[in-house]
Amino acid sequence: MEKTLEKILKDTKENEGNLISVLQDTENAFGYIPEEAVNWFASKLDINPSVFYGIATFYAQFHLKPRGKNIITACCGTACHVKGSDRLINGLKQELALPEGEETTKDMEFTLEKVNCVGACSIAPVFIINKKVHGKAAADKLIKEIRSIKGSKSENK
Amino acid sequence: MKINNTVIKVCMGTGGIAAGGSEVMDAFRAELKASGIEAAVEKNCLMHKVGCRGLCAKDVLVDVIVKGQKTTYQYVKPEMVSRIVKEHIIEKNPVADWVVGDDYHNFHKKQLKVVLSDCGSIDPEDIDAYIAGNGYEAARKVITSSAPADVIGTIKASGLRGRGGAGFPTGVKWEAAMKQSSKQKYMICNADEGDPGAFMDRSVIEGNPHAVIEGMIIGAYSIGSDKGYVYIRAEYPLAVERLRKALSDARARGFLGKGIFGTKFSFDIKVKLGAGAFVCGEETALIASIEGQRGMPRAKPPFPVYSGLWGKPTVINNVETLANVPYIIRNGAQWFSSFGTEKSKGTKVFALTGKIKNSGLIEVPMGIPLREIIYDIGGGIEGNRALKAVQTGGPSGGCIPAEMLDTPVDFESLAKVGSIVGSGGMVVLDEDNCMVNMAQYFLQFTQMESCGKCVPCRIGTKRLLEIIGRITKGKGKEGDVELLEKLSADIKAASLCGLGQTAPNPILSTIKYFRDEYEAHLKGKCPAAVCKELLTYYILEEFCKGCGACLRACPAKAITGEKKKLHKIDPAVCIKCGACFDVCKFKAVGKE
Repeated sequence: MEKTLEKILKDTKENEGNLISVLQDTENAFGYIPEEAVNWFASKLDINPSVFYGIATFYAQFHLKPRGKNIITACCGTACHVKGSDRLINGLKQELALPEGEETTKDMEFTLEKVNCVGACSIAPVFIINKKVHGKAAADKLIKEIRSIKGSKSENK
Repeated sequence: MKINNTVIKVCMGTGGIAAGGSEVMDAFRAELKASGIEAAVEKNCLMHKVGCRGLCAKDVLVDVIVKGQKTTYQYVKPEMVSRIVKEHIIEKNPVADWVVGDDYHNFHKKQLKVVLSDCGSIDPEDIDAYIAGNGYEAARKVITSSAPADVIGTIKASGLRGRGGAGFPTGVKWEAAMKQSSKQKYMICNADEGDPGAFMDRSVIEGNPHAVIEGMIIGAYSIGSDKGYVYIRAEYPLAVERLRKALSDARARGFLGKGIFGTKFSFDIKVKLGAGAFVCGEETALIASIEGQRGMPRAKPPFPVYSGLWGKPTVINNVETLANVPYIIRNGAQWFSSFGTEKSKGTKVFALTGKIKNSGLIEVPMGIPLREIIYDIGGGIEGNRALKAVQTGGPSGGCIPAEMLDTPVDFESLAKVGSIVGSGGMVVLDEDNCMVNMAQYFLQFTQMESCGKCVPCRIGTKRLLEIIGRITKGKGKEGDVELLEKLSADIKAASLCGLGQTAPNPILSTIKYFRDEYEAHLKGKCPAAVCKELLTYYILEEFCKGCGACLRACPAKAITGEKKKLHKIDPAVCIKCGACFDVCKFKAVGKE
């Protein structure tokens, strides 16, 4: 981990970065913000860890918990809302057996996250599964996609 | 085989790619190769991607231009490509079955494209395509031959006002910054398009990033800045990628950097990725975010043009505002001010979405009646249902009820009816949408995005949400609607920044025009059958075929019934998720 963190720190210094870019690079490298990383930067930069924590919890992009291997992003923009994204999200929660208030499945395979708006409103409702945009999403197609990801995993075993 | 003068344009905005634009482009490439005309592709048959042309609902859209004759195909899939290549490109007979219909042409007929004039026709990743249409000529002209004050004079005379929401005159902002004596000044492009239901800025950057860069160069020259930033949402990966490429191409051509166009003027632009906070669209919060802090707004004055980024004079303009600038310089202030109304000049880009047939990106002259947008450009309501309202301005805006459809769309007229132009989101709602639910949706958004600095916004929006929450659950009390109005007025008056000052707007405007829906909820009814707690699902005997689809879909096992016999929903077990309603092909599930 330390090597990665050193590289982030170096890049930040070279590119006029700031605490946000440090956290963005950390998130990109680990998929979330590990506590150890924050403590490491805090001591190197002589900035209180609480300052990092304050920024990380302010912005929606940062996650303090590890996330699943497969990321499902549900758009909750206005157009998606009026076209019933809520119901689709609830359907996916059932499919993934996600308990209330949790985003990531117990086996760390899937994370279902909501975002404000991905700006693809004319093809609402929109879901992004592993960076692939699914427009005009329907419950059966989404579940099929998720089951095929699950299926390919069990085949690999 | 030789093919002359053929151009293929494939729509590759976020919408186009989601619909399979890359696959379609690959299919064309493979098909041309298989037909033995590949060697001629680069030379005589041009194929390139284009940004959004607006009508994303019909993606993938492909233009095939043979000898200057343009034919547009809709819903193109890779398997359709071989027929298009064979019949149209080789045999010169367009495939009539797949050509766009009247609705595509009507969609474009009443639009007026300034900012979007090159979007959807040029390759956004090719700087030469932009230059071929006189790109960067406006910047060259002003930097080599105009005084900053003259450029500002032109922008002021054009009547251009900020397109990000507030509508502040751009020239006045630039003039104030120009007059500052500080050596260091900053030019910032606000591309933190956070309004849900808005994608104008994303489309402009994806479709024509160089126009935004050129606008920034002209602005920087006018105010005397050598350093600029584009603050852009990380949720727009394609726009970020295209912007970065455009910046490095512009730098390679000497349009950015030291000594631009052989003058002493230097200017360069950096990209700053937003980290996901709606409030960062507010300019002082945006500045704090670029500085690496929590994006919390501060009290104004001092305004950023006096004390902005790192305390230096800073101009912040929205993407669309900046993209207008090169066209104004090229065509003159008078040309621009000939469009629009007396106080709202030019055009405005809107993201037309929701329950509308032709959902997409549009650009119209200011002052166009809302009715023309909805019925002529938008083609009317999906499924020919009844229009209920049009929501404009996102979470800061309000709704315009169906009976006020003749309202002209400009800054003043929308403000008069209790809404705003805002950044340009336009969401069409039909009779199936509950207005109380819509108000709650927007309030949930602003409450979550409230930065928490000032009490009226932090606590006020929370209380509003609690009240509206109990109304949608059928637990509202008498006087709740009045309480919402009172609290809304207080929050508007006392909040620090635009977020809190406008957060109650969706509530106030829905109460103003749809008070009856609030009253109905107080009596335990949701007229549009949306609010979950007030709904009951049941099976309509006359339509149920006993197929079992609902029974299998029900996660709560609330449905019983044998195959080919009438099914039943047990209201005591039903969790009202709506899964049965969605899967029933026979419309046999009812709700009220």
